[in-house]
Amino acid sequence: MSRYSGDAAAVHDLVRETEVHRDVYIDQEIFDLEMEHLFANTWVYIGHDSQVPNPGDYYGTTIGKQPVMMVRHTDGVVHVLYNRCPHKGTRITLDTCGNAGKFFRCPYHAWSFKTDGSLLAIPLRKGYEHTGLEQSEAIKGIAPVRHVKNYRGFVFAKMSDAGQDFEDYFGESLSTIDNMVDRSPVGRLEVAGGVLRYMHNCNWKMLVENLTDTCHPMVAHEASAGTAVDVWKKMFPGSNKKPPAVEIYAPFISPYEFFEKMGIRVWRNGHGHTGVHHSIHSDYSAIPGYFEKMVAAYGETRAKAILDENRHNTSYFPNFTVKGPIQTIRLFKPIAPDRTLAESWTFRLVDAPDMLLERTLVYSRLINAPTSIVGHDDLEMYERAQEGLHVDANPWVNIQRLYDPAENEQETAVINGTSEWQMRNQFRAWSKFMTMSL
Amino acid sequence: MNAPTQQDLIGFVMHEARLIDQHRFEEWLDLFADDGHYWMPLEWGQTDPRLATSLMYEDKLLLRIRVERLKGNRTFSQKPKSRCHHVLQTPQIDKHDEPANEYVTWTPMHYVETRLDDQDLYAAWATHTLTMVGGKLKIKLKRVDLVNCDAALRSIQLFM
Repeated sequence: MSRYSGDAAAVHDLVRETEVHRDVYIDQEIFDLEMEHLFANTWVYIGHDSQVPNPGDYYGTTIGKQPVMMVRHTDGVVHVLYNRCPHKGTRITLDTCGNAGKFFRCPYHAWSFKTDGSLLAIPLRKGYEHTGLEQSEAIKGIAPVRHVKNYRGFVFAKMSDAGQDFEDYFGESLSTIDNMVDRSPVGRLEVAGGVLRYMHNCNWKMLVENLTDTCHPMVAHEASAGTAVDVWKKMFPGSNKKPPAVEIYAPFISPYEFFEKMGIRVWRNGHGHTGVHHSIHSDYSAIPGYFEKMVAAYGETRAKAILDENRHNTSYFPNFTVKGPIQTIRLFKPIAPDRTLAESWTFRLVDAPDMLLERTLVYSRLINAPTSIVGHDDLEMYERAQEGLHVDANPWVNIQRLYDPAENEQETAVINGTSEWQMRNQFRAWSKFMTMSL
Repeated sequence: MNAPTQQDLIGFVMHEARLIDQHRFEEWLDLFADDGHYWMPLEWGQTDPRLATSLMYEDKLLLRIRVERLKGNRTFSQKPKSRCHHVLQTPQIDKHDEPANEYVTWTPMHYVETRLDDQDLYAAWATHTLTMVGGKLKIKLKRVDLVNCDAALRSIQLFM
């Protein structure tokens, strides 16, 4: 029996001011509606254009559950196409990335397509004469995703005509991407180091929420970060200079006060970031030669302003998060209500010292890998929640911390770093983009 | 100092896997040289642990942190604890260089890690770079190449 399909009011009712119903995490029908509506009406991160540097280069990914590919056309423009031959439905490319040459050729019947998706040729075409092929879906070629935006190398797409245009959708939140790109002396990033892929048996939203949850690190990560500091102190008594790995682990067990004071900024449409005033990335050692390069490129005042920004996690609704100070992004790809693929990508700052990339890779390995002890701490909590939510005694999840009824009137604000306003902000956006086309 | 025999090298690799399976992690850590590393590449045929990321690239400090964490009272991902099981092929000696004090073995293996009702099977090749320190063999580098190194993996909490 359908409980939510076509019923915007029922979906709305899942999100109260300070509580959300468990069905947003565990219900198959809600998940299917998310794929159909939420991931169609929002701008979803596809990839970075440095992954497709040359004409014909492609990279395959998903929007929600839809297989798509990002491809660089002969004119240099990046397109996003649905990864399906218009003829019989065969996936055009299966490998994650490669180069198509001047055109895509379907491996099944050799229909070929230009790298913008348009039909190039059909073998034995005379078999279609006088059949009305001109009126078919197939003649249109590989369908493009309708709305694509390349913002400073970051490629986003929106499948539906509903929703908002790109600038309106993201607004001021783009300042996080700006800051990450500006950290390169030449203003350019390149995907580097490889992608860590970690399978989670939990709902995709748990991962997004966790990145603005500042009341869990000192509890859930006592096991990893707490132990790291203890072991380091025992092995190197009296040492003040933390090794890079301990420098990365240690801030995870900072006291509540640290996180309260770091602050959170919320923006409309469910975007927001932790770490307004400082963050767990604030106290990393300087990389020799980097600041000098930044000063040469931007002047001292501007260079300082760029590097003083230490945003912790920026969440771009729905499923994309950015750590500007260490040039790492994470993408939480929904697979099922209780299954999510977490991808962690890293960037090289073009024309900056290699040590920056090296530190980023250490961070990603220690925190985001399937072999990461911090990752193990987190996943254990998500999976316990995914199981616990099946308890019928209480179907509601609480997101009440530092709630103020007046917050509904405010589109943007800077608030206490332990507020759950950003979680509420995400669910208000969830409700909006789920139901606008329902 | 006597150079290790072929049998010494094979016995060392077998013993190392046994220590992990039996959760004798203190003894296991002692097998590493002070500057020893455990490396699990992310890429097929990866050559660089520094500017390409890895699943693990850990010195003794980081390995010690893992071992201590596994024992921790608030390590919830180890309540209940994981268990593991190695099946090794006979290690092959790729290098026996007595003057350089470097010995390399190559060992195809299957590794099972289990917790609660889940059991995951991994296939991998372990490459041990060993050296004699004070009359004992020690690990300079243990490299574990997963057959599916670049797959979307579940948590791997113990050591392969």
